[in-house]
Amino acid sequence: MIGLEHYLTVAAVLFVIGIFGLFLNRKNVIILLMSIELMLLSVNINLVAFSAHLGDMVGQVFTLFVLTVAAAEAAIGLAILVCFFRNRGTIAVEDVNVMKG
Amino acid sequence: MQADLTVILPEIVLSFYALAALLGAAYTGQDRMAGMLVWLTAGLMTALALWIGTTGEGTRTAFDGMFNDDGFARFAKVTILLSAAAVLVMGQEYMARRDLLRFEYPLLIALSAVGMMMMVSAGDLMALYMGLELQSLALYVVASLRRDSVKSTEAGLKYFVLGALSSGLLLYGASLTYGYAGTTLFSGIIEAADGRAPLGLLIGLVFVLAGLAFKVSAVPFHMWTPDVYEGAPTPITAFFATAPKVAAMGLFARVVHDAYGGIVTDWQQVIAVLSLLSMFLGAIAAIGQTDIKRLMAYSSIAHMGYALMGLASGTVFGVQAMLIYMAIYVTMNVGTFAFILSMERDNRPVTDIMSLNMYSRAHPGRALAMLILLFSLAGVPPLLGFFGKLYVLRAAYEGGLAWLAVAGVIASVIGAFYYLRIVYYMYFGEEREPLETGRSPVQWGFLMASAAIMLLGIINMFGVEGMAQAAAATLVN
Repeated sequence: MIGLEHYLTVAAVLFVIGIFGLFLNRKNVIILLMSIELMLLSVNINLVAFSAHLGDMVGQVFTLFVLTVAAAEAAIGLAILVCFFRNRGTIAVEDVNVMKG
Repeated sequence: MQADLTVILPEIVLSFYALAALLGAAYTGQDRMAGMLVWLTAGLMTALALWIGTTGEGTRTAFDGMFNDDGFARFAKVTILLSAAAVLVMGQEYMARRDLLRFEYPLLIALSAVGMMMMVSAGDLMALYMGLELQSLALYVVASLRRDSVKSTEAGLKYFVLGALSSGLLLYGASLTYGYAGTTLFSGIIEAADGRAPLGLLIGLVFVLAGLAFKVSAVPFHMWTPDVYEGAPTPITAFFATAPKVAAMGLFARVVHDAYGGIVTDWQQVIAVLSLLSMFLGAIAAIGQTDIKRLMAYSSIAHMGYALMGLASGTVFGVQAMLIYMAIYVTMNVGTFAFILSMERDNRPVTDIMSLNMYSRAHPGRALAMLILLFSLAGVPPLLGFFGKLYVLRAAYEGGLAWLAVAGVIASVIGAFYYLRIVYYMYFGEEREPLETGRSPVQWGFLMASAAIMLLGIINMFGVEGMAQAAAATLVN
């Protein structure tokens, strides 16, 4: 029987993979966008699992909001990335370094 | 339904204006309308601030508690709207001369202001998230507004990646809070977390606090601040340093008191540590900076540390001290950035601190105003900045965090060094090729007005003290 804790574990694992993807990835900014998406989707699993467990619809409404915002966020991220690529000619993470820090 | 809509009328007006103006400008004048739109947006924001400030009374909630209109929200909204309007107006000439004045700019600022107004009024995790994202998405775009500059797009990219990470952390915390409290309403969460909270709720609290700490740029979540401040065009940096900080601080106070008000001791230690680290890192890391925008980034990190100190005390007086501190901080920053906007040589903006050498000889009036502002930022008595610090230190002391207050005094002494260094350059530095004075009378006006407020405000703070007290009383119960 698959219970709440299984869903929470999967979501937690996906979330941690997302965070590690952000910090360990040195290759490509697109992978950063994918990691961010992974984090947001793991939150959605959490919300839907809690919603089913509690028998409460609010969690699923929240999920729809998160999905919509994630789409808008990806669009803006890609737009900024295109501008950056035009100026710099590369999207490697280690080349995002004009300013120190 | 009708009553709900009346409560959010200011937000509706501002967002409808932004959408209508966006359509109108896209179909007709495009960037030729931009200058007019800047003034129109700033005018509308000022009018809304006056409207909210003078007519609002009591506490009203809308949409079953998802949206609060209370004294605290109104205080924060007036500060946000006025500072956003000030920054729009004083940056207009700079943007126009550098061919950056696109019609999207004032409208994105207006939309982010709507997001900020949502944030400080949020009564539900969903409202909180939507407000925060509306603000952040607009800010990511304005950070990379100078599309043909590597620095500006890099600033936008860094801000976007780290901002999205912080939203993810906050959201994960929100999902855990929802699961263990069984509701997303703050009024429900505070009942579930009364006295002792289940472990899941505490983990959720930590994630939410981490996400919020990113937005106020508190250490150890501050990495984006110096790069974004340096890379973004200066008027946009000025905006980042003012209104979004007030909104994020307001949201911080809203969440910890409205949703987690039953477990004060649990979040108190987290905020105290954030505050301590921010004050010291802000004071120490700024010493080696040569770029005034990066320096202001570290300065704002340190100031956020002081504002968090007020919040960490967990009392009504603490929230009052935080609100006063933020109001003073915003006023000082508007003046300081009005000065930075006017720094130029051969029609190009200059941000190197060394270029200020002997500035006082060419422009004694401006140098004196900047001196007052820098002293106030450093917290030198008897200027207004000193009283802001005094309030938060007193709040921390009375809240039982005497060690934090002592640390705050030490950090403030360290921090005074780099402010005074700028004063030294302005008055006693080596002779260099002089800076040109900015030609904009608007920037001059804001610089002088801000400096005058720092001097005259010590008499009665223009009544802000009483307003902040009333505002804080509606939040903490």
